[in-house]
Amino acid sequence: MPGWKDDVDVLVHEGKISVPYSWTVGSTLSRFYCELRDNAKIWANRCPSCGKVFAPPKIKCIDCYEDLHDWVELPGTGTVETYTVVRYEEPVLHPRKAPFAYGIIKMDGADTGMVHFIGDVDPEEVKAGMRVEAVFEDEREGNILDIKHFRPIT
Amino acid sequence: MGKRVGIIGVGQTHHAAKRLDASGTELIAEAVTRALDDAQLTMADIDAIVVGNMDHFENINYVDMWAIDGLGACMKPVFKVTTGGTTGTTVGACGYYHVASGLFDVVLAVGWEKNSESDTQAAITTCANPTLERDPFAGAIGPLATEYSMYMKAYGATEEDSAMVAARDRNNALNNPYAHSRQAVTVEDVMNSPMLSYPVKFLDMCPRSDGSCAVIFATEEKAKKLCDRPAWVHASVVRHDYTHFGDLEWKFMPTLERASAAAYKLAGISSPLKEFDVAELYIPCSTCGVKWMDSLWFCEHGGAPKLIRKGIFEMDGQLPINPSGGVIATNPIGATALIRVGEAAWQIMGRAGDRQVKGAKKALCTGFGGCSWTDLMILGADLP
Repeated sequence: MPGWKDDVDVLVHEGKISVPYSWTVGSTLSRFYCELRDNAKIWANRCPSCGKVFAPPKIKCIDCYEDLHDWVELPGTGTVETYTVVRYEEPVLHPRKAPFAYGIIKMDGADTGMVHFIGDVDPEEVKAGMRVEAVFEDEREGNILDIKHFRPIT
Repeated sequence: MGKRVGIIGVGQTHHAAKRLDASGTELIAEAVTRALDDAQLTMADIDAIVVGNMDHFENINYVDMWAIDGLGACMKPVFKVTTGGTTGTTVGACGYYHVASGLFDVVLAVGWEKNSESDTQAAITTCANPTLERDPFAGAIGPLATEYSMYMKAYGATEEDSAMVAARDRNNALNNPYAHSRQAVTVEDVMNSPMLSYPVKFLDMCPRSDGSCAVIFATEEKAKKLCDRPAWVHASVVRHDYTHFGDLEWKFMPTLERASAAAYKLAGISSPLKEFDVAELYIPCSTCGVKWMDSLWFCEHGGAPKLIRKGIFEMDGQLPINPSGGVIATNPIGATALIRVGEAAWQIMGRAGDRQVKGAKKALCTGFGGCSWTDLMILGADLP
């Protein structure tokens, strides 16, 4: 090894990239979020070719590449397909304090799963196959957290 | 040599400064749907997909994950490529490679960008070494201004020469319904627009656009079957330079010179000014539309201003450049260079509408990116 490297004071440049941005939600998801915000309703869209119903809505059918102009209102109920209980704190990334449960909810009337929190229940009591319903925030802003969580149907 | 490849369909969005109605996925779906319609295909005919955009330009990465529904890519082979400004032509080259290799028959190449989402200059500076060049030199406008300063001093080119290029491209855009910026301007308007960085003025420089473009490549057999007049790929060449701004050759464009020389050899072009009918060139700033013409072998070094003053590159000139209005009119960066390929293909296919160069049989298109590197493609109506 060349000897000169032994004497180098190696430097590390500390950088920080800060790039402000916006995010255009688009016509399809804007409609979905506005229904959450204005009417506390979950809407999905349906493929005219294969009949598959997407919640959240998609831009095109993932199988048929058809436009999805048929909109359907969902009842807001569903079934927990799978879940986990988060037990560590991640204050920047997690909008909930541990422990909390989140999972995939197969929405009644849809063929796809929504990811969301499962609340109003002891995380230890959450089970796959559990029937749940959406609970909406009182103050809604037009994003996925307008749904506060899904809670067990008692 | 790879197998023969033809372009059989092109689609693009109506580009704009801010497409509030469409997310990135929706822009992609718009371009892809139009390309499929142009080729009279359905997604079932597509064997593989290549997609690309710029890093850091939106607040999300992995377009090959979240835009699958818009791309129609579910359960298909997908490659994402990103190479800075050249992303669009790299997406095109990658689509071409897929088919030329013999591994895929029909390949969809898609470029897109929602430039309105973030600060383009801030994102571009992240390409430069953080300790050497990011603070004192990086960005899009400054380096292009610097290279033209040197060219003006070396060869007597003027600010009016570049203003003529800006006026040409901007006025050409009036014939292109997809163009973002469609405004009639005079050379005086360009000269009188605000100075950004000497000698580059506001109307010399490209805008930032939201938009997407999709181009469909097919094997010789499929192209002949599916399209009455495919745009055949005669050459696809890429050249990168090594990167430190201070070391670059600024009086000419070495990568463009080498890429075009290699491509002309492949395509059997000996007199490019005479043999090409039309060119869609990645000219991000009108100054490049002067200086870089030398490096496409249209003339000797320093000869470009004379050609421009003679109107050689106007719509009624010997070799019309950028009938679409080019990058100065429309710049959704990840799509920008692919639009050059798509527009050149439409010229060959006779589908360029009001901007059609009559009887175009041979077209040149380029992409420019990163630290002065070049992607270049030659398309023809005849089999290569």
